[in-house]
Amino acid sequence: MAVLLLVIPIALGLGGLGLGAFLWALRSGQYDDVEGAELRALSDD
Amino acid sequence: MCCTDAALAYVEAHAAWSEANTRPSRERNYDAFVTRTRAGAARADFAVEGVRCASCLAAIERGLSEVPGVAVARLNLTERRLAVEWAPEAEPDVGLIRARLAALGYAAHPFDPHRPADAEAAESERLIRALAVAGFASMNVMLLAISVWAGSVSDMTPENRDLFHWIQALVALPAAAYAGRPFYEGALRGLRAGRITMDFPITLGVVLTLVMSVVETALGATHAYFDGAIMLLFFLLIGRVLEQAMRRRTRTLAENLAALRCETAARIEPDGSVRDVPLAEVAPGARVLVRPGERVPMDGRIERGRSDLDRSLVTGETAPVPVEEGALVQAGALNGDGALVVAVTAAAGAGFLDEVEALMRRALETRSRALVLADRATRLYVPLVHAAAALTFAGWLVAGAGPHAALLTAVAVLVVTCPCALGLAIPAVQVVAAGALFRDGVLLNDGSALERMGEIDTVVFDKTGTLTLPEPVLAAEAGDAAALARAARLALSSRHPMAAALARQAAEGAEPYPGAQEAAGLGVRATVDGVELRLGSPTFCGAEAQAEAALAAAPEASVICFRAGAGEPVAYPVAQALRPDAAAVMAALRAEGRRIAILSGDRPSAVAAVAARLGVSEWEAGLTPQDKIIRIEALGRAGRRVLMVGDGLNDAPALAAAHASLSPVTAAHVSQAAADALFLGRSLAPVLSVIAVGARARRLMRQNLWLAGAYNLVAVPLAAAGLLTPLIAALAMSGSSVVVTLNALRARARPRPTPSPPPEGTAEVPADPAIATP
Repeated sequence: MAVLLLVIPIALGLGGLGLGAFLWALRSGQYDDVEGAELRALSDD
Repeated sequence: MCCTDAALAYVEAHAAWSEANTRPSRERNYDAFVTRTRAGAARADFAVEGVRCASCLAAIERGLSEVPGVAVARLNLTERRLAVEWAPEAEPDVGLIRARLAALGYAAHPFDPHRPADAEAAESERLIRALAVAGFASMNVMLLAISVWAGSVSDMTPENRDLFHWIQALVALPAAAYAGRPFYEGALRGLRAGRITMDFPITLGVVLTLVMSVVETALGATHAYFDGAIMLLFFLLIGRVLEQAMRRRTRTLAENLAALRCETAARIEPDGSVRDVPLAEVAPGARVLVRPGERVPMDGRIERGRSDLDRSLVTGETAPVPVEEGALVQAGALNGDGALVVAVTAAAGAGFLDEVEALMRRALETRSRALVLADRATRLYVPLVHAAAALTFAGWLVAGAGPHAALLTAVAVLVVTCPCALGLAIPAVQVVAAGALFRDGVLLNDGSALERMGEIDTVVFDKTGTLTLPEPVLAAEAGDAAALARAARLALSSRHPMAAALARQAAEGAEPYPGAQEAAGLGVRATVDGVELRLGSPTFCGAEAQAEAALAAAPEASVICFRAGAGEPVAYPVAQALRPDAAAVMAALRAEGRRIAILSGDRPSAVAAVAARLGVSEWEAGLTPQDKIIRIEALGRAGRRVLMVGDGLNDAPALAAAHASLSPVTAAHVSQAAADALFLGRSLAPVLSVIAVGARARRLMRQNLWLAGAYNLVAVPLAAAGLLTPLIAALAMSGSSVVVTLNALRARARPRPTPSPPPEGTAEVPADPAIATP
């Protein structure tokens, strides 16, 4: 069962990484213009 | 040079015959709309009209980046806003940006940079962060909790179970402290104000659950409820985020509309120059210039100039009123053909607007605010739940259980009744219904208005600008096509609102006559092939007889006359046309058994004509704002649930007094603020969709409240009997929330097709469904 002490922190760490990535994206304004973003992907430049 | 000299010279230049009257004659100064970033670069934000595709995005951003000095131009398609930043050393030229956008086919207007900071945006970001944290925590806690549940039927050792509980506590406690803040703060605010809000049982439930779980874990018990507490927060935050998103979308669009209505004033500076400034920067005593065809920005007294004013947005009266020096003018009146210099009067006690606002305050105070469903549910729910918990505690003590076991069971009751489904029941319906209304071109100011709209049995309309379109059109078939073509082409040179009705009849691509001149109070003239063409008042064209005949045929109209040389003059009746589907909407309302009435400030002959065409027998004309509010309140006392639909400043008190209210987006500012919802476009059908969606939303909210109640009926006895395991709590909580949310989604369904507008004889301009300008 000692493996739990290794696995659980890893699981929590990965989850926390996802949370951190989301909060960073939110803060850097990537959700400010959701409609525009889907169209920007289509433009050539 | 003295300031008055410059202003006077300007006005006199306009009062005489002048070509300058016929086109925008002065550069605008937009310095008041530019801010500086921290790096020293200039920046301005614009509301942009008509963007809705990928090519618009590219066209605007590419087109503007070619403008010299512009460093970055970025369009936000969700909010329909454009941010332009200039290079640090470049001189910002807002006028050039507007001109370039106009050339690309988009109308744009800069925002007042000193408008109050967007608190809604900050709040929704805070809620989303809380939701993210709660989501992360509930997933991970649930992972550990399920391991424990699985372990308790297999071979998990008590040591491992306790370890898992402690890890859950490690994740859940900080997450709950962070993500639950909106609820804790709400509960505290409510308590300070002496009220028990829905936030209070939520806070109590979450805190008690967490404390109990920590104690149980420390004692090495089998069950801990960390997952329940954090999942509860997650579900409730979803409801809050949805609610906030709805509010923010409405707010953003309303701000854009306000900016596009150009709510600025052309202030005359001490040095004689004219500068466009946001309304907030105009102090009483300042002088503002009102150019032909513009709206009077603020209440004041005319200092120089004379003109006709169309005061239909203020009083509902459609006939233009001649005004001259010394006359008092109200904000919202549309200037005719003469430039005016208006001295802004003191804001306090200065006249019409204050009178209207005083009436509105009274209306809002006396309105028997029907308690919204959510409040009623809270009032019923909180004492019931707390009584149930207290009874459980007392019952177990009496039955001989120890205080520890009795307390544990009582807390379990509080936990399981935590208003998870109840918290979602109403916001979920509001959001879905508001989305459905949004598709129909209705912006909801207030989510709780939906329930009130569902109860409507009487609809009261204002006439001018509500049943009719805000801009006048030609009211009769013109006899002589050649004369009409010339009159229409001449009308292109005028900025008088009545001439605009004729100008709409001009052939595609027609150019104004070169050398056309306009004078206030008379009209516009041009010499073409040696023949003098005149368009304007009956006197100006020598057409009194024709004008009288035209007025006799169409009593609700006003006349504009045309004469070529010494030829026979023609009188064109110009009136505000009915909205294309007004008759169909009236018929539909009658078919639904609702009472219809028209309350107008306009003259009786004009109102009678409209009422007859729509088949409305109950109408009153010549009403003051005071009269309107009295009529509405009388209806309310008689037990009618009144929906007021109106646009004028004079309707604002009635809008506030009615059970629910609706305004077209072209309405006066005060009315927009007073109305529960705004509708876009030229159709009147939103009145029907508002009532239908409201009724549907109300039904679904009640169903949801019953569903949430039924869940408690099952869960409370289980908890009180001490049979509640964390597994059952989790299933019950998420199950009821999902059921309630799915039920709310049914508000999306279209209640029924709206009547299609029949074609009208006059020229139709397709309305922009997203943003309409007056």
